[in-house]
Amino acid sequence: MAIWVDNDTRLLVQGITGKEGTFHALGCRDYGTKVVAGVTPGKGGEAVEGIPVYDSVAEAREATGANASMIFVPPPFAADAIMEAAAAEIELVVCITEGIPANDMLKVKDFLRSHPTRLVGPNCPGVISPGMAKIGIMPGHIHKQGSVGVVSRSGTLTYEAVWQLSNLNLGQSTCVGIGGDPVNGTNFIDVLEQFAADPQTEGVIMIGEIGGNAEEDAAAWIKANFNKPVVGFIAGRTAPPGRRMGHAGAIVAGGKGTAAEKMEAMKAAGLHVVENPAELGTTMAKALGK
Amino acid sequence: MKIHEYQAKEILRRYGVATPKGRVTESADEAAKICEELGGRCVVKAQIHAGGRGKGGGVKLAKSPEEARQYASQILGMQLVTHQTGPEGQLVRKVLIEETADIAQELYVSITLDRAQGKPVIMASSQGGMDIEEVAEKDPDAISRVAIEPEIGIQPFQARAVARALGLKGGAASKAAKLITGLVNCYMDTDASLAEINPLMVTGGGDVMALDAKMNFDDNALFRHKDILDMRDLAEENPLEVEASKFNLNYIKLDGNIACMVNGAGLAMATMDIIQLYGGEPANFLDVGGGASQEAVKNAFRILVSDPNVKAVLINIFGGIARTDRIARGVVGALEELADVKIPVVVRLEGTNVDEGRRILREAPFQFIVAEQMADAAEKVVAAAKGGA
Repeated sequence: MAIWVDNDTRLLVQGITGKEGTFHALGCRDYGTKVVAGVTPGKGGEAVEGIPVYDSVAEAREATGANASMIFVPPPFAADAIMEAAAAEIELVVCITEGIPANDMLKVKDFLRSHPTRLVGPNCPGVISPGMAKIGIMPGHIHKQGSVGVVSRSGTLTYEAVWQLSNLNLGQSTCVGIGGDPVNGTNFIDVLEQFAADPQTEGVIMIGEIGGNAEEDAAAWIKANFNKPVVGFIAGRTAPPGRRMGHAGAIVAGGKGTAAEKMEAMKAAGLHVVENPAELGTTMAKALGK
Repeated sequence: MKIHEYQAKEILRRYGVATPKGRVTESADEAAKICEELGGRCVVKAQIHAGGRGKGGGVKLAKSPEEARQYASQILGMQLVTHQTGPEGQLVRKVLIEETADIAQELYVSITLDRAQGKPVIMASSQGGMDIEEVAEKDPDAISRVAIEPEIGIQPFQARAVARALGLKGGAASKAAKLITGLVNCYMDTDASLAEINPLMVTGGGDVMALDAKMNFDDNALFRHKDILDMRDLAEENPLEVEASKFNLNYIKLDGNIACMVNGAGLAMATMDIIQLYGGEPANFLDVGGGASQEAVKNAFRILVSDPNVKAVLINIFGGIARTDRIARGVVGALEELADVKIPVVVRLEGTNVDEGRRILREAPFQFIVAEQMADAAEKVVAAAKGGA
């Protein structure tokens, strides 16, 4: 069954005429995703490798029945692109763009309160349901269809986890990158709620990072609500406080958001906490009794 | 991005936040002159991008222009050590000379993003002048919090509530409310990530002003604040980090001796962690970007090996969209251009076309130590660093 992305996904790509947008729109199509439209204001009527381009999301939706959007619009204009997709009632918006100002995302969050759109990201690799479809920049072929759900704040570290799983012959139901920014559309709990209800998902790998308290909140939620085994890892135990570790959200500020605190909270909630990131796959296999 | 106290005060004054009178200077003679203008008494404050300056000896009260000159010449050029600078300290290049204040009360007010709520939150405490993290730990009830709706901005009742929470009444309360409104507007307009006034001072005469001020900014929003970007003081930043930022590399210098080069921030942190887990100490954080282009790899490598502490290098790249055979050629190409590299280099490539990638590394005219998994890589690089020490 998987979550959010499947064979019914009809994808449009905002910013499709840019270099990255074109490359990854085609990457999604090659993986098997139905890429039905592109949007770039002012370039309506053109086409990218057979994918028709429209001036607005509303027009693209009207013409093609798109129900999901992937955004590659540059940071100064990305918040506007997200709101445009929400206003056009696109159900799922995956924003890949890195570097959107936090204040712009606060506006977006506000706007989304009155729209039912699900935003994943920004600054994320996207969402993939192996064997069905992908929306994002992750390498499709390292994945395998199966029963492990993956939710993560990182990109390449998620690939690492997926690769370990696939090499152990443990496939994935859906992998969701929620992104490395302090203000984002989807948090761990949003994804875990979906995994809880998804019969395909038998266990979950959750990969957090230093900064904020999303992992602590998720751990408490798991303890109270989630019955499938969860393997947890937090990146950044060696990070010094007050320094931003690449991702805007990965910073230990005011003594809060350390890896030690997060791992402690996950242990207390009964997660299988991994200290060694090379053991994500094997720990999941053990937790599933495989 | 961080700025100095004098710059933060300059920005805050535009928003009606009162501060003591003063000027910044790089010369002791000028310090004496400013003290004279301020009436013959002043405070000499070291300007570095770190807190705890007073305890480290970077803030002095001068009772005459001559004293101001003496203190300024002591402070200028010193390596000021505070709990935020690290043991080597930070060179002081500028001092702020300010009028002395008649302090009746020291309070605390700041605004920053509360991620859980997705809103900026004002924090206020009557226990000013102290480290707010300490207050939060010992007496969390002593801090009151007021969330701001980003679309609506601060409302007068909220500013009054913060002033009340600070224990202020009458004229001082209205002055504080005005200052708090200015602080919040400044924070929003400039895309700050933190605006902190500690201490917020009430004078004997009932005036309310910022005795100290600190502002940090959202790096992602600097494209629309050229005036703030111009305030960046490169001298306050680590030279290797400045060099890396020219090539859009995310590099942070640390104290260990194992350099690491990784694609992606999360994997980069995890690589640092696993090095430590196997008994080594990472020399840096470095994210060369998801695609790890040859140019990025080359510049990154040059920066890594220019850190004199480095005894071994670990390159950990997960090739996804970017194929590992291309990355392997990039690494080999980079080393060919940097012919005199003598330290051991452990390379772990994983992902697309990995067999071809590893073959390229094995056949290259360098003594790469090729590792197959993260754990294997960590073990090998820790051993290599110990061997070279």
